Amino acid sequence: MAEFSLPSNSKVKKGTTYPAAEGAKRVKTFKIYRYDPDTGDNPRMDSYEIDLDSCGPMVLDSLMKIKNEVDSTLTFRRSCREGICGSCAMNIDGTNTLACLKPIEDVDGEVHIYPLPHRPVVKDLVPDVTQLYAQLASVEPWLKSKTPPPPDSERLQSPEERAKIDGLWECVLCFCCSTSCPSYWWNGDRYLGPAILLQAYRWIADSRDEMTGERLDELEDPFRLYRCHTIMNCTKTCPKGLNPAKAISEIKKLMVERR
Amino acid sequence: MNDRSMRTPLGRARGLGSAKEGVDHWWMQRLTAVAQVPLMIWFVIALTGISGADHPSVIAWLEQPHVAVLTILLVFSLYYHAKLGLQVVIEDYISSESRKVIVLTAVKFALILFGTATVFSVLKIAFGG
Repeated sequence: MAEFSLPSNSKVKKGTTYPAAEGAKRVKTFKIYRYDPDTGDNPRMDSYEIDLDSCGPMVLDSLMKIKNEVDSTLTFRRSCREGICGSCAMNIDGTNTLACLKPIEDVDGEVHIYPLPHRPVVKDLVPDVTQLYAQLASVEPWLKSKTPPPPDSERLQSPEERAKIDGLWECVLCFCCSTSCPSYWWNGDRYLGPAILLQAYRWIADSRDEMTGERLDELEDPFRLYRCHTIMNCTKTCPKGLNPAKAISEIKKLMVERR
Repeated sequence: MNDRSMRTPLGRARGLGSAKEGVDHWWMQRLTAVAQVPLMIWFVIALTGISGADHPSVIAWLEQPHVAVLTILLVFSLYYHAKLGLQVVIEDYISSESRKVIVLTAVKFALILFGTATVFSVLKIAFGG
């Protein structure tokens, strides 16, 4: 059966509280999920009281402030700090998003931060996304064509054809959507999930790609594609404002069209 | 998933490959759902029309060819839709392959049994059995 409760060694315990510095005026509490595989201890929620007057505006700024000034053991992924690399995806205030794009002031009260849901945790806020990268590789996300490219120019595409991949190419593969999808939680080993299906559709929708039929063949499966039950968490949570649910429904429409 | 397996992540993701089916299941689920809209509206209105009627007059109502035909269509699309829907729910929540096959088979047999019995009942009345 699908598992609805955490195993006993994953139950989250209360952790340490790190009080704000003396004289701090605008204090905000960040409750952060901590897990260290080396100790064998259960995960815990540590509380960090941060003075917002000496902190940048985004949740990622607070995490870096904590790591730099309060607790250097706090572990998380981050790189570009502007929503392009997709590294700092995590669950903030109950929603998967990019910490670098999430303003602290958008959260009322305490800021609860967890790693992306329903993935094995490597450490603290770092989830294991190996399965997602493998699934991405399985849809062969590159241009495939029988026609060789013109020897002295690029492959041509009309402005209208190019417009069809708008809303698809912007995906930064942060996996906020896939890890927000209950269907992916229960059957992620076989269901490809919204992020990968959006990537698959990005190549199906590309007029320069000649393997549309083969791509659809690979997706036509009760689990790979049809575990999508239009729950729409993917579209709701996408920090880039993309619409994976629409991409999936476009694939389903093409499946019916080619029958 | 067996966490001690040394299979590569890509090997796991590719798995047994695509089943190359699912579109008919998905399409029929939509078609049977659409069919339910007019059939169910007709059925509910018709039922309110004969509410409180005695047994012979309900039999007389169901004997009419158009009523019998619409009722059979209603029952058929309802059970067909239920079969498709329950199959999805079972596949979603039961991950053990053996248990999944047993439950899917039991549900399918039960729905075929009830569906056939219902259609037979309508036909028996319609043909004056």
